[in-house]
Amino acid sequence: MTKHTQSLADNERWLGRVMIAPAIVYIVALVGFPFFLALFYSVSNITVGSTETSFIGLENFRHLLHNRTFLRALRNTFVFAFVSQALVLVLAKTLALSLLKDFRGKWVVRLLILLPWVAPISLGSIGWLWILDSVYSVINWTGRALGIFGPATWPIWLGQPTLAMASIITVHVWRLLPLATVILLGGLTSIPQDIHDAAAVDGAGFWRHNFQITIPLVLPIMLVAMLFGVVFAFTDMIVIYVLTRGGPYDTTQVLASLAFFTGIDGGDLAAGAAIALFLFPVLAVSAILMLRLARRTEVT
Amino acid sequence: MATVETRDIRKLFGDVKAVDGVDLLVKEGEFLVFLGPSGCGKTTLLRMIAGLETQTSGDILIGGQVVNDLPPRARKIAMVFQSYALYPHMTVYRNIAFPLKAQGFPGDQIPQKVEWAASTFGIGKLLHRKPRELSGGERQRVALARAVVREPSVFLLDEPLSNLDAKLRTSARDELQQFQRRIGTTTIYVTHDQVEAMGLGDRIAVMSGGKVRQLGSPQEVYNEPADTFVAGFLGSPPMNLFERDDYIAGFRPETFLPVGLHDTSEPLVTLWAKIHRVEHLGADRLLYGTMRDTFPNEKVIINIPFTVEMQITPGEVYEFAVKEKDIKFFDRSTGLRTEPRRFWEKRS
Ligand SMILES: Nc1ncnc2c1ncn2[C@@H]1O[C@H](COP(=O)(O)OP(=O)(O)OP(=O)(O)O)[C@@H](O)[C@H]1O
Ligand SMILES: [Mg+2]
Repeated sequence: MTKHTQSLADNERWLGRVMIAPAIVYIVALVGFPFFLALFYSVSNITVGSTETSFIGLENFRHLLHNRTFLRALRNTFVFAFVSQALVLVLAKTLALSLLKDFRGKWVVRLLILLPWVAPISLGSIGWLWILDSVYSVINWTGRALGIFGPATWPIWLGQPTLAMASIITVHVWRLLPLATVILLGGLTSIPQDIHDAAAVDGAGFWRHNFQITIPLVLPIMLVAMLFGVVFAFTDMIVIYVLTRGGPYDTTQVLASLAFFTGIDGGDLAAGAAIALFLFPVLAVSAILMLRLARRTEVT
Repeated sequence: MATVETRDIRKLFGDVKAVDGVDLLVKEGEFLVFLGPSGCGKTTLLRMIAGLETQTSGDILIGGQVVNDLPPRARKIAMVFQSYALYPHMTVYRNIAFPLKAQGFPGDQIPQKVEWAASTFGIGKLLHRKPRELSGGERQRVALARAVVREPSVFLLDEPLSNLDAKLRTSARDELQQFQRRIGTTTIYVTHDQVEAMGLGDRIAVMSGGKVRQLGSPQEVYNEPADTFVAGFLGSPPMNLFERDDYIAGFRPETFLPVGLHDTSEPLVTLWAKIHRVEHLGADRLLYGTMRDTFPNEKVIINIPFTVEMQITPGEVYEFAVKEKDIKFFDRSTGLRTEPRRFWEKRS
């Protein structure tokens, strides 16, 4: 018995296989299988409860291209992903830079910044629901009390298409900011102090220092974080699900939420799968590009 | 070119007095070395002069102008770091050009300046490489080229040779000194290596515990140490020190020789010592022993050049002598240098 366990632990080939097996099972069962199922659905006419399905080729995709709701969601997805990423990037960089400096009560600020990340997202979103509520909105009442909002101004944050989109982006940024800040902070602290000192002595001012020294040196890690952020923004729907459910009139749908509402809530599995897979080629290519870029940029 | 002056400059890190009241005047074109053991505040002092660290109190003057509130880039200095601090993502060319661009040098003259700096240090062929593709010695040259390219009025160097191997260090030291003599820029050089300090410095500031213990030429600090710290820090092996009632007497190992080896035209003091161990170090022979009579049982180290062929056997007692003028005296409570005393019998 002892002999047997020992030989397994000593046999690297088998040990490796045994240890990687759970990961493979997990990927096959929860990623691979659904992915191929979706591929299959997207070229069929399957619906929830249908007993027979037939192959209809790219009909689902062609159909989508004539669907106004889909086109709107497609545009929203890009707006949502890029605006939120840009904001996260700028804000996280600013926050990380200011957290790098030593000051009193730094740990309190760090804790506050990390809080949105450790709190359950649904809890945070419910807080936001209240902040953005049509009747009880904290922003509106504060604005009114301070006299910033006149008697005729009463924005319905989640009820007007543009405001609703802005609200969703804001909450998404709020949610991703902590992680992005911590990642950047890690990248920034890995730059030796001597490099910063050398730049200061060499005469670099704030902008030159930032754009020619600091940013290039954290670029690889920033690219990975950005890749993660973009893919996340393209595929995540929880903020939308909690705040607007895609409303008003489907004006805040993104592909992920539309796929869910069409395929699961609406029961049109084939159309849902087609929506979900629509951006797959774009995402795959952008992932490959960014990973290559990250590998080519070098830090020592 | 400029003078550098510090007036009663201090730096506290919490309770740690990293620099504790330093007054210095570095002359124009001078090569000054800060020498001292690890943690004595050399780097901190240098960083304050560079403007990378703000002093707790005191003034810094460069070229006669108070620069306390000027940022590093306005102080017309160049600094070479122990780690070289090359920008890893830039080629050698861009590394050297960086300070020129940052200081708004006319763009069309930059290539020419970079070529000049690179050829000065013999790295003209490496301009397209990245720092990680260079050897330690080449990186050090790039760091120097980046420092000289803007023709600063003061050079600050923090142990720039400590990452090189012994042989390379000697030749780099040589080149550095020749280069400094040629361009004549005021230079402050930090090191904890006394050989480096002796070889390079016009003057040496010996530091300990955040204070400058002595400021003088290499000969002065070696031959006329201002206190027991300097006496014990310089020289290897360091000065032999013997405590008596209220004073400390000392002499260098190489001044204490077997009696017969001195010419007798100068007054000598003879002392007996028992030798325990002999060490042959190529050019020198080191004898470890204990003193007799005047300083009973005090340890002593003696350094005899290898050209002296006298047979010395461990366990035997020999008569040694030191010139009267080579014996230094220090106050026992303060450690400071005092007037010569006499602890010996007048030699007949
Ligand atoms: N940023 C800092 N915070 C707190 N203490 C510091 C800081 N920098 C230096 N010190 C302390 O100040 C003292 C002097 O440090 P410094 O780096 O100037 O020594 P050094 O003479 O350059 O030593 P070495 O030869 O090892 O480089 C040390 O006791 C060190 O611990
Ligand atoms: Mg140091």
